[in-house]
Amino acid sequence: MHDSDSLGIVSPQRMHFDSPLSLRSGAVLDSFELTYETYGELNPAKSNAVLICHALSGSHHVAGVYADNPKSTGWWNNMIGPGKPIDTRRFFVIGINNLGGCHGSTGPISINSKTGKRYGPDFPLVTTGDWAETYARFADRLGIDCFAAVIGGSLGGMSALQLALDAPERVRHTIVIAAAAKLTAQNIAFNDVARQAILTDPDFYGGDYYSHGTFPRRGLRLARMLGHITYLSDDSMASKFGRELRNGTFAFNFGVEFQIESYLRYQGDKFADQFDANTYLLMTKALDYFDPAQDCDGDLQAAFARAQADFLVLSFSSDWRFSPERSRTIVKALVASKRNVSYAEIPSSHGHDSFLMKDDYYHQLMRAYMHNISI
Amino acid sequence: MMTNEVSHTQLPSRPDYDAIAAWIKPESRVLDLGCGDGSLLRHLKNQLNVHGYGIEIDTQNILACFENGINVIHSDLESGLSGFGDDSFDYVILSQTLQAMKNTEKIILEMLRVGKQGIVSFPNFGYWKNRLQVFSGRMPISRCLPYEWYNTPNIHLCTLHDFEQLCHQLQVNILEQRVMNGERKMVLLPNLFGMLAFYRFSREPKTG
Repeated sequence: MHDSDSLGIVSPQRMHFDSPLSLRSGAVLDSFELTYETYGELNPAKSNAVLICHALSGSHHVAGVYADNPKSTGWWNNMIGPGKPIDTRRFFVIGINNLGGCHGSTGPISINSKTGKRYGPDFPLVTTGDWAETYARFADRLGIDCFAAVIGGSLGGMSALQLALDAPERVRHTIVIAAAAKLTAQNIAFNDVARQAILTDPDFYGGDYYSHGTFPRRGLRLARMLGHITYLSDDSMASKFGRELRNGTFAFNFGVEFQIESYLRYQGDKFADQFDANTYLLMTKALDYFDPAQDCDGDLQAAFARAQADFLVLSFSSDWRFSPERSRTIVKALVASKRNVSYAEIPSSHGHDSFLMKDDYYHQLMRAYMHNISI
Repeated sequence: MMTNEVSHTQLPSRPDYDAIAAWIKPESRVLDLGCGDGSLLRHLKNQLNVHGYGIEIDTQNILACFENGINVIHSDLESGLSGFGDDSFDYVILSQTLQAMKNTEKIILEMLRVGKQGIVSFPNFGYWKNRLQVFSGRMPISRCLPYEWYNTPNIHLCTLHDFEQLCHQLQVNILEQRVMNGERKMVLLPNLFGMLAFYRFSREPKTG
């Protein structure tokens, strides 16, 4: 079926930055590159730019499809395109692969010009604050003083929030979806189990698996399987798989018996084929470190005092990884900081992953909010 | 810059909105509980440049608020206003929703915790046409009470006297009262001739 509101063929671009970037960790990157995609046209006033921040395993490839691979549809293609809620006929939409990523921007798999080898474990850990700085530098290069909107789900929502706090004058609207103001002990615990799976894989070699010609595939696969459970809801797993057996009866062995096992292993395998383990480690740490209230003695309202943007916060009823209650915490602090903010909890059975899915009410809300953004 | 803001077309006349707007100072902070499609807040924003938020639980109303370009927060009023700090608003409005609340006392006290003043409007059950229908042996159905007894969301109907007595019990100070019948303000025997009642109240003792 012809998708008339799809962007069609898109292609990534690269931008090189020569001035050193001082990271929150104290490390300095002398130069770096960002891989990005844009959709739509930047208007002469440069007032219609929308930045999409990606989540843990996302990339700059947000919408459209690559010419050489018809299966390469962008991860938020249902939301972005001509006539879609984030309408590329009105907005100039930008997707950037975060620094430390494995889809083209400088990261652990990139060649370190100082050594001529891949960074591997030498690539510094980065934070949402570091990303915010790279977004700002990127905007400067395109002459965009202020984004009409910065939008993201999950870690992407946190990155959007971080930019709105670190560079308030650069953001008019912030849309924070299925996110939280910081990770809980439980969230961090899940991330650490995922990291331990990778770090203890015999093929990990302290992160220098590239030069050993190995890949910590088992570890990354396990990490993703664990993560994937937290992205779904108990109900959606029950309705999709239940206790269904692949072969109808118990086999009394450790092979794949239940459908859910088959599904999770498939997801783990697929992910391990296309993602870098060091980037996975780095992204989970960026999540753990996110805590904008930290500089204000834990007072989120005080942290939000410097924001100038208007906010839209969205959550999903069945999301237990970043539950609606976590979004309400953000909303409460934004109201107390006298920011314009709207909040909706979207009924959904798909858990945390709901933010990626097409849902009438969700898309209607996004469409209505985007429509009222002046450009 | 090109703008694509919500058009401020002339809305149909809403005397009840005007009655509330007359009590609100320009530029104030307003919380509208059960804000529906956001049209009251939009009215107040356009007329008085208030900074406001609406609270709503119905998804289609929330979407309408988005379309109206007003701040709306998805929340259940019955569980209180825990998302809002003490004294964070100049006015907290409960427009034609009081009679549909389960926790009537709690919401009035919550209004005065987060707001300096509260404003409520509700259909006056003591309106003569309502009394007449009850007297003739039927539950009243009217412009303000359009539902059948079996499908009405209005579970806590009251008269002006009833509401004033509750305020007294809760040590809430009534600052101002207005009773309307359509566009007309009723002064004579309001509990008999008034269809819609409006009250402005506060925690503080009345001064001046």
